[in-house]
Amino acid sequence: MSITPYRVLVGPEGYLPPAAASRGILLPEKGEALIEGAIVPEEEAMQAIATKLLSAKNPFFFPGPQLLWDWKEGVALKAQAVKKLADLAGARVIPMPDYRPKYPMINPAVEINPNHPNLTIWHNKIDVCVFIGVHCHYANMALKIIRGGTSCYTIALCGEAGHEDAMISLCCMGMPELARLTEIIQSMKGEQAA
Amino acid sequence: MSKDFLRISPAFEDVMPAEYRELVASGPYGKGYGISDLGSHKELLEEHPLCAGCGLALSLRLTLSVLPAPEDTVIVGSTGCSALAFPQVALHNIHSLFGNQNAVASGLKRALKLRFPDKHKDVVVVAGDGATADIGLDMVMQSWFRGELITTIMLDNEAYANTGGQESGMSPKGAVLYMAPKGKKFQKVNMPELAREAGCVYVAAVSPANPKRLGKAIKRAILVAREVGPTYVQIFAPCPTNFKFKPQETIKRIKEREKDGTYLMREYISPEAQEYLAAMEGGTKDE
Ligand SMILES: Cc1ncc(C[n+]2csc(CCOP(=O)(O)OP(=O)(O)O)c2C)c(N)n1
Ligand code: SF4
Ligand SMILES: [Mg+2]
Repeated sequence: MSITPYRVLVGPEGYLPPAAASRGILLPEKGEALIEGAIVPEEEAMQAIATKLLSAKNPFFFPGPQLLWDWKEGVALKAQAVKKLADLAGARVIPMPDYRPKYPMINPAVEINPNHPNLTIWHNKIDVCVFIGVHCHYANMALKIIRGGTSCYTIALCGEAGHEDAMISLCCMGMPELARLTEIIQSMKGEQAA
Repeated sequence: MSKDFLRISPAFEDVMPAEYRELVASGPYGKGYGISDLGSHKELLEEHPLCAGCGLALSLRLTLSVLPAPEDTVIVGSTGCSALAFPQVALHNIHSLFGNQNAVASGLKRALKLRFPDKHKDVVVVAGDGATADIGLDMVMQSWFRGELITTIMLDNEAYANTGGQESGMSPKGAVLYMAPKGKKFQKVNMPELAREAGCVYVAAVSPANPKRLGKAIKRAILVAREVGPTYVQIFAPCPTNFKFKPQETIKRIKEREKDGTYLMREYISPEAQEYLAAMEGGTKDE
């Protein structure tokens, strides 16, 4: 067994990359986050996300069913905040409306599917992507496939425990955290413009 | 009404693929549609990868168009040709290990009853003849013996189609298939009769050659399984690919078999189910 700690780095890592959890990557606690497998303060990860998004050539947000469907109180507002964040970061949006492994194919120009997310990444030449509102197991599966087969940098803005299979992952992402990330991107953009 | 059940977050309305927007605008959720409404709304199954003229595809389209409450229905499937269509169906679907479908459906139904005690959640098994009458027969019969409140629908193409044409218990005597070159040696299993004896309170054998009858049987079977007992519908859905007939002849084949008495369409309703249906059908569409 390797004694070098595993790092969650940009791919392509090859067919069937390991689940990061199986290589010892732990989830962050509230107030913390993950950058490439290492636990860091949440604020540091937010700065890193802003840097990645603002320096990307073709960044995309992938909102999942929990955000796309207005299924309970508060979702529509959160969706609006995420859209604002994506617009501010100059990112476009491709939805993941559900998880059916649509066979024989999906249209990668307009949707992303967790069972073959690489198709959407390749088709649109996406270099940085943000997962938000995707249920845990499907997010981890998709993040692993992206790490395995593409050179796209993955970011997860998770409302629950975080995603160890993303290159940067926040956890406990509520409205205040979204507002803070928006603020950081706003001020970084201001500095870049100055 | 689909709009009350399914809403897209307004911020993302413009990026949702057209298919989803259409499901919201004119899908069948909450509408109680029947066969005669086909063509007037966005269907649950539109594209699929099954062969041209496939009896399964035709039967699935009709079956899905008459579900009494698609928004509260979970389909449990099994390996076989029909499973290939389900990724394109806009419903909850569980693909179970081949043959396990009625065991999975039993557990699911019980769990849903605990989770939603005040709501009907329809659990409907849709599987092939191989999955139902051969490899999964044990699970199927045991679920009926236990009186599980589920509907079992067999798509009977009289063969193991998906694996290249082996004979099944449902193949007629003498059937010659790609992988049964010497012809089947024993009779077709009489599943409707077995179902009745095993405790199904509603049993029907139907086909897509008579869409209204098929629609009525599916609706009845699902409604009765909500409260009275297990139900079984057998749909004769011939396979042009394995039985080597032209895709446009599927309906003709069904009619010929019905006429020469080698495929019997029938309906059995237990007295309790009859009473329940009389009350239910008073106010619903008769199809
Ligand atoms: C446990 C298990 N055993 C065997 C198989 C192989 N298998 C796949 S499809 C199939 C036959 C399906 O026949 P049927 O249920 O009649 O469905 P059809 O394809 O004819 O619609 C079999 C045996 C499998 N997938 N899993
Ligand atoms: S092989 Fe037969 S049952 Fe299977 S999809 Fe083709 S026509 Fe339908
Ligand atoms: Mg079959």
